[in-house]
Amino acid sequence: MSKILFVEDEPSLQKTVGDILIKEGFTIFQATDGESGFQVAKSEKPDLILLDLILPKRDGFEVLKDLKSDVETKDIKVIVLTNLQSSGDIEKAIEFGATTYLVKANYNLDEIVVKIKEVLGK
Amino acid sequence: MRILSYIAKEIKFWEECNKYGVSIWECPRFLFLIMGLVTVVSMVATNLIAIRYADPEIVVISVASVAVLIFSVGNVVVRSFEKVANVSRMKTEFVSIVSHQLRSPLTALKWSLNLLISKDSNLNPNEREYLEIIREGNERMIKLVNDLLSVTRIEQGRLAYNKEDFDIIKLAESLVLEVKSFADANNVDLKLLGDKGPLNIHADKQYITMVVSNLIDNAIRYIPKTGKVEVVLKKNKNFVDAKIKDNGIGIPKDEQKNIFHKFFRSTSVMRHRTEGTGLGLYLAKAFVEAHGGRIGFVSTEGAGTTFWFTLPLSKKINNQRLKSQASE
Repeated sequence: MSKILFVEDEPSLQKTVGDILIKEGFTIFQATDGESGFQVAKSEKPDLILLDLILPKRDGFEVLKDLKSDVETKDIKVIVLTNLQSSGDIEKAIEFGATTYLVKANYNLDEIVVKIKEVLGK
Repeated sequence: MRILSYIAKEIKFWEECNKYGVSIWECPRFLFLIMGLVTVVSMVATNLIAIRYADPEIVVISVASVAVLIFSVGNVVVRSFEKVANVSRMKTEFVSIVSHQLRSPLTALKWSLNLLISKDSNLNPNEREYLEIIREGNERMIKLVNDLLSVTRIEQGRLAYNKEDFDIIKLAESLVLEVKSFADANNVDLKLLGDKGPLNIHADKQYITMVVSNLIDNAIRYIPKTGKVEVVLKKNKNFVDAKIKDNGIGIPKDEQKNIFHKFFRSTSVMRHRTEGTGLGLYLAKAFVEAHGGRIGFVSTEGAGTTFWFTLPLSKKINNQRLKSQASE
């Protein structure tokens, strides 16, 4: 079963996304700041990372950069899941190597699950 | 008469300055008037001095001091403009920050409700109905935040379009299906007519969805008792022609020129329904025009309104077709 890491500092969002992904049968790891997010990615080697951009300690852009420049983590697919939405942010995230960019408020949980499955190629 | 009223409007600059939120001594238009007066008075004065004394040194000194005066007033004018620009920038930033901060709790609500209302949850009909009410309220807030963010981005010229090829007929079909129950509840017969498709356009799906659903939603909303709404999509050369036709209350003639203005809401509409921000059509126009299309409407008060828009068809698909025809 695919392993997913969700890096997000908001507990309510961690809980809701976590619940639905567990229900869908995924194994889920959670991190609430950028630094531990990167550490968990290195130790657990998930198949997919859901990454917020506004995070304590290291922001999502920095984490994305670190992930993509580390041999161990550079092939992990990353979905940026955030409420930031300016053109600069989207371009920057894609340029840094994110697979997709989703604006949280515009997606239902089942739509997010669909996107995750799409990216995992199921 | 017209000239007089124009002058009267120009002289009432303080109204304009009140609107900007700056004091009279920081009001660019007022300062400009002062500068004009200073210039005229000083020209006359210099002339008089020159005639009376004819002493070149005095003339030079007076010209120089007038120049300094005008220069300093000019400086104040520029600073005032900066202040006005700054206020406008702060307003935009404020909206941005608030919107982002609002989005997180709204997302938490949305996703929790998703889990609560999911198919396999054990809810009695009453509970389901209350949760649906919360969900709808939440969706309305998310839409408002999205609209406000879009407006600030359009004003800053920073709206990014994530374009892809998709079939606009299919999009319209799904939107019509989605609002069917809302139409039924309002005794409106909603129909999709025109070409069967596919009609592919190269556009930002999220924003085009907003345009189409907004126009359909308005059409249904402003039918008083019973009526019909027709959505017609047709290919016209390299464009898709869309029409959303209703037999509702119509738009009063004197308000028609304001229809696409930001935050404008028609009085006839306000009598009928109070819900709405007056942003939908402003955004629809901005989105359609940013995609190389045009938008407009024809309306008769009491008889109904037809909104229309055009969008260029996807060049890629057309080119591919041309190529495959050429190779055949």
